[in-house]
Amino acid sequence: MQEIIQYIFSGITSGAIYAAIAVGFSMLYNSTKLINFAHGEFVMLGALSMVTLNNTWQVPLLPAFLLSIAVVAALGMLFERLSIRTVKHPEPIVLIIITVGASIFLKGAGMLVWGKGAHTMAPFSGHAPLDVAGAKLLTQSVWIVFIVLLLVAGLHLFYKKTLTGKAMEACAISKKAAWLVGIPSKTMVLLAFALSTGMGAAAGVVIAPITMSSYDMGTMLGLKGFCAAMLGGLGSLWGSLIGGFLLGILESLGVGLISSGLKDAIAFLLLLIILYVRPSGIISSADVERF
Amino acid sequence: MNACTKALKVSLIPALAAVVFLAFSISPASASAADTYKIGGIFAVTGPASFLGDPEKKSMEMAVDQINAAGGVNGHKLEAVIYDTEGDPSKTVMSVSKLINKDNVIAIIGPSRTPTTLAVVPMVKKARIPFISCAAGNKIVEPVKPWVFKTAQSDILAVASIYQHMKKQDVKKIGIITVGNAFGESGKEQLLEQASEYGIQVVSSQSFGGKDSDMTAQLTKIRKEEPDAIVCWGTNPGPAVVAKNVEQLGLEMPLYQSHGVASPKFIELAGKAAEGILLPTGKILVADLLAEADPQKAVLSDYIDAYEARYKTSVSGFGGYAYDAVHLLAKAMKNTDGDQNQIRENLENTSGHVGVSGTFNFSEQDHNGLAPDAFVMVKINNGTWQLIR
Repeated sequence: MQEIIQYIFSGITSGAIYAAIAVGFSMLYNSTKLINFAHGEFVMLGALSMVTLNNTWQVPLLPAFLLSIAVVAALGMLFERLSIRTVKHPEPIVLIIITVGASIFLKGAGMLVWGKGAHTMAPFSGHAPLDVAGAKLLTQSVWIVFIVLLLVAGLHLFYKKTLTGKAMEACAISKKAAWLVGIPSKTMVLLAFALSTGMGAAAGVVIAPITMSSYDMGTMLGLKGFCAAMLGGLGSLWGSLIGGFLLGILESLGVGLISSGLKDAIAFLLLLIILYVRPSGIISSADVERF
Repeated sequence: MNACTKALKVSLIPALAAVVFLAFSISPASASAADTYKIGGIFAVTGPASFLGDPEKKSMEMAVDQINAAGGVNGHKLEAVIYDTEGDPSKTVMSVSKLINKDNVIAIIGPSRTPTTLAVVPMVKKARIPFISCAAGNKIVEPVKPWVFKTAQSDILAVASIYQHMKKQDVKKIGIITVGNAFGESGKEQLLEQASEYGIQVVSSQSFGGKDSDMTAQLTKIRKEEPDAIVCWGTNPGPAVVAKNVEQLGLEMPLYQSHGVASPKFIELAGKAAEGILLPTGKILVADLLAEADPQKAVLSDYIDAYEARYKTSVSGFGGYAYDAVHLLAKAMKNTDGDQNQIRENLENTSGHVGVSGTFNFSEQDHNGLAPDAFVMVKINNGTWQLIR
């Protein structure tokens, strides 16, 4: 029994990471119908900025947290302004290839700035791991879960309760119609990018004490986060959250009960099965289009 | 499309720079006098294995300069022609064919990784060129191939030193956790194969991905089998995560790591969790702790001082492979007039060469030439290495 609880705790730790990243994917898709394959790289930028601010420049935790997010969100806006908006024929496939290109570029830039080695930082609070019936849960995992829930709740309120949020959703549904009623759709897309990359940066910042941050951490995290978003239902914030935790817990149960060598295989097999049964994910939002 | 072209342009710039750089590094070669001995170097200078290739390239250049400053080999100056493999087997094959066909080198040193080495072994065999690899994999010299030598310690020796230490501590049951790549697989193979020799039983064997952020599930599974010790086999950053997870789970048994993490970086990454970890390492890491009587002590301090003075960075544990290779080769080249058959024979008959990575005794059956005493066991104590005698 103690083992099972420990597997679930391990799953919650990695699941929270996947969930945090999945939310960023979903958020952008929700507002622009675009999948940003450079999202993992923005997570990397967030994590490494945090490491630099907190370790090297000794900025206290909270300002460093906010500053990293602000810097990365600004980069995200720059990315939208320079490479997404300038596209003449913004077809989905073209935009996706651009994000793939951007991910390669950002990875290279990350390598030049932070070097090839891994970096680490201290947990947010130095408490001993929580002990539940002999199983251990990291305090940093609690932090991750708490912060991610907070951010998702914030985003949820933003979409449902504010005019800007609704305007953003309107742009995603029909850009032309939104423009006709006077919504500045370009600004909305820019804002969506800032929010999504900022969300990615937040994910990077909270996971930095757990994973070792390096310039090439983004690809795998992005992939897992994307899977989690698909699993939960792309476009649904709460779905992404559930998808992330589900993927993390399934992985660690797979390790514990079947084999650690098949960890990724088990998780991806389940993803295939779930998508086969429910093509739009567990919580299906609006209809998901196929490219 | 702008971003596409932008990304393309950006990726083109380093490529162009590399071409220009290569052009410059080649051009003096064609102009140089005929009586220099050209030796090829192929290292993963950039890419994921650059932590190996970069110090290797620097060490090779340094060794060549040292030998030239001392008058060269029988009056012939050495000249290094070095290409970057990026750790990629297909680029390595291209570089080797360039070295053989265009640069007409006498011998080749490198590459840095086992897969890239294995990719070019058939080529050097066919071209009959003395070849000294800097990679760790045991498959390179097992079975022995006439033209292929290597200077890096094999994982066989690392596993042997761990098991010897365990035997002294009366460890009977162990759990192992290895990374899912060539390094981890090879370590796992050796751990499983040699266990019975030392009366050790592997009760649980787990693996993890090189980029995984949490290994508590695997460690929980190992804990269930109640082993006396845990062995982790991988390169950074995975093993640092394992060390942290072991501490978080409150596991009491000793944790052994491989020589793959024998660098100050590991202590930095694992932090407090690194305390008490045991691992085998080449002597370079603990050069100043070695007994004065140790035959390697003088060689090591010469190498470290020269490297740090020249490159203004702290020495890495890996550059020594290339340093040893150049010196072994220079020794074997003496009085051969550049004849490759003779160089090969001299290499095979080299014995008692004291290098950075150990004392080399090559023979017809052994083209690595090192004994388990090439490794020492160290314990991490107060954020630094402590030699276990």
